[in-house]
Amino acid sequence: MTDLSVLLGPISALVLAPLIPGIINRTKAVVAGRTGQSLLQLYADLLRLFRKGAVYSRTTSWVFKAGPVAGLSCMAVSLAMLPLGGVPGAMAFTGDLIVMVYLMGLSRFFTAAAAMDTGSAFEGMGASREVQFSVLAEPALLVGLAAVALAAGPAGLFDAGPVVNGFRSLSEIYHQLTLSVWANDGAILLLAAAALFIVALTENCRIPVDDPNTHLELTMIHEVMVLDHSGPDFGMILYAAALKLWFFLALLSGLLIPVRSENLWINGISTIIGIFFLAVGVGLVESVMARLRLLRIPQLLAGALSLSALALVLVLWG
Amino acid sequence: MTDITSTLFSMSNGRAADISGLNRMDMPRFQETVINGIGCGLRLAAMFAHETDAGALRLWAILARDSQSELLPLYTDCTGESYPSLTPQCPQAHWFEREIFEQWGLRPMGHPWLKPIRFQSPYRKHAAAAPTTPIGVTDFFQVSGEEVHEVAVGPVHAGIIEPGHFRFQCHGETVLHLEISLGYQHRGVERRLMNGPDSRSIHYMETLAGDTTVGHAVSYCQIMEALSETRAPQRALAVRGIGLELERIANHIGDLGALSGDVGFLPTMSYCGRIRGDALNITALLCGNRFGRGLVCPGGAGFDLDSARQAELLRRLDALESDAASAVNLLWKTSSVMARFEGTGPLTPQVCNEIGLVGFAARACGVRRDIRQDFPSGIYEYARIPISTQDSGDVLARAYVRWLEIQRAIAFIREQTAKLPDGPVREPLGGLAANRLAVSLTEGWRGEICHVAITDDQGRFRHYKICDPSFHNWFGLALALREQQISDFPLCNKSFNLSYCGHDL
Repeated sequence: MTDLSVLLGPISALVLAPLIPGIINRTKAVVAGRTGQSLLQLYADLLRLFRKGAVYSRTTSWVFKAGPVAGLSCMAVSLAMLPLGGVPGAMAFTGDLIVMVYLMGLSRFFTAAAAMDTGSAFEGMGASREVQFSVLAEPALLVGLAAVALAAGPAGLFDAGPVVNGFRSLSEIYHQLTLSVWANDGAILLLAAAALFIVALTENCRIPVDDPNTHLELTMIHEVMVLDHSGPDFGMILYAAALKLWFFLALLSGLLIPVRSENLWINGISTIIGIFFLAVGVGLVESVMARLRLLRIPQLLAGALSLSALALVLVLWG
Repeated sequence: MTDITSTLFSMSNGRAADISGLNRMDMPRFQETVINGIGCGLRLAAMFAHETDAGALRLWAILARDSQSELLPLYTDCTGESYPSLTPQCPQAHWFEREIFEQWGLRPMGHPWLKPIRFQSPYRKHAAAAPTTPIGVTDFFQVSGEEVHEVAVGPVHAGIIEPGHFRFQCHGETVLHLEISLGYQHRGVERRLMNGPDSRSIHYMETLAGDTTVGHAVSYCQIMEALSETRAPQRALAVRGIGLELERIANHIGDLGALSGDVGFLPTMSYCGRIRGDALNITALLCGNRFGRGLVCPGGAGFDLDSARQAELLRRLDALESDAASAVNLLWKTSSVMARFEGTGPLTPQVCNEIGLVGFAARACGVRRDIRQDFPSGIYEYARIPISTQDSGDVLARAYVRWLEIQRAIAFIREQTAKLPDGPVREPLGGLAANRLAVSLTEGWRGEICHVAITDDQGRFRHYKICDPSFHNWFGLALALREQQISDFPLCNKSFNLSYCGHDL
């Protein structure tokens, strides 16, 4: 696995991730009959933000400044472990899946702590909502991936055995997701993918859970936590958000597109194309439905968890 | 309850009465009459005070008997610096009494929540007037206890809207109480109108609430015509009616779009934003201004509607109707939107009547209250427009009533344009009569616009009272939020879409 293709995953993520919000926004604009912003808008925004200075409230401490840095670093490390379809992650190791989920948790902890640090009522509310929903989103993600792992082959998540680097990691699981697995256990993979899609929308504050475009501070979840950040800090937050979106869409795309050829470049590029199509899908979802009432979101996430659980039950007793 | 108001002097909408013909009541009689009247289903359309020549304060109440199209002006002279408050028995007087206290220092004894509403400087310098503090610096109702928290929003908001301060008392995500504190937009229009009118007055009216230009201008013009005994020509009345309904269409369409934007439903939002522009452009076709400035003027209308523009108006109206139908009907067909609208921010007809809600917000509670029907004036005396009501009182009802009103307004404009009366559009205005009281009600797009003018010996305004529908309805918004989710506030707020500057004057 010393092929240069292992770098495809992290590099494509770092370079192409800001394109994804552009694709989503363009899809929404086209459906709504508008011209819409440039596909490369986020790149321009990031460039602008990184050239600006930041403003800090007197009530904030180092926690506030640590939030964006911790958020971006957690995402960058997660991306190093993420397989791009059949292409293994650059830093894959046994149990990396768990580490990734906990890195997400760590990033969320710092974002929420930075939000609480401002002492603003809105940001406290946003942090409370974010943490509440992630409690439900995390198990849906883990159970869903466990089902995928068991479906993928005998060397599943819970199989004890000699630990080899890159083996029984998420990369290994994804490597085994060939067309034949889809032929045998397609229903299980579809259930897991549906759960993963809901988790992806939740984690990335997309409609129907959150509205990334809203200016209404009382209704926001994720956006409200970062209201006080400015300049490079806000740039880091936006960049980390784009990477997170890439992360979840790559996870989904790798699951849905079973291209596992000998040539890793073909595998990787087909997954990237899949990510772009998924971004269009997210844009379509956002175009045709309204946000859920905040009270209903736990029900949606409970639905995702039951889909994951059903997939796991099917694979265990199927 | 026997109605003691039935024998009192009454007047019609848009007419003037000689003040010397009205009987002054003593304070207990005034109180009894107002409380009895409200108890019998009358509404408090306006309540205000002004200084008499002798320096005493004269307290006025204008009661509206919707069922008989009667307006009952009552007044009493206050001798001291205080009087017994009406609010405990008549919640409709709540904000009026606070306003009078702030302006004149006349203290309503027993008022449950006496504090400034606009933080304006008092009209009487020598009186023991309410102390003025910086805007928004005041006591707020507070809830204490485990897990109760306070959220303060504004006056600077995240969106491009007017300034206002909202103080929520929340238990988790549930709102226990909302208090709204305004006054940031106070410009002193009423005070500026004293000793008027002058050439600026009509422009003040057109900018009282920027989205209700035609509504306030029509109210003002009716006052001027009543005081000068001028009759605006029929053709002008029709043009005013068209202007009023276009204003209604533009605002309702814009708000339906904004409502769908608030729930993150993009298609309707995008289209309605554009269609609102189309409606504003039709208004611009009439008078060259998208908000209808200059369309209405005392004595008639500022612009005639010639046949070429009639045809163009009808053509654009057809396009607007089909565009609006396809954009708005999408809302009712999308279950995720309906799930957000249904049951959000409900108000009962009881609450609606108690606090004297007006306009589409009242009609959404199933209350058939519409000036165009109850106190028809101008073109509405000759052409009736059906009243649209819903009965659930929630965001859905308010949205749906707006959609019904858009459709009926379109039909009305079509009908009026087709049979536009011949003749001039403007009559010269005579001088204003002295010592008169004139009351003018108009159904603006938000609801009842009430203007009251009192002239002095020279026929100048001794006092001019403006009551925007927002003045009645802000409290309704606060009540609609009780036991609701705080995240639904923007949606609820938009469903009322009240004016800050119309309230602050």
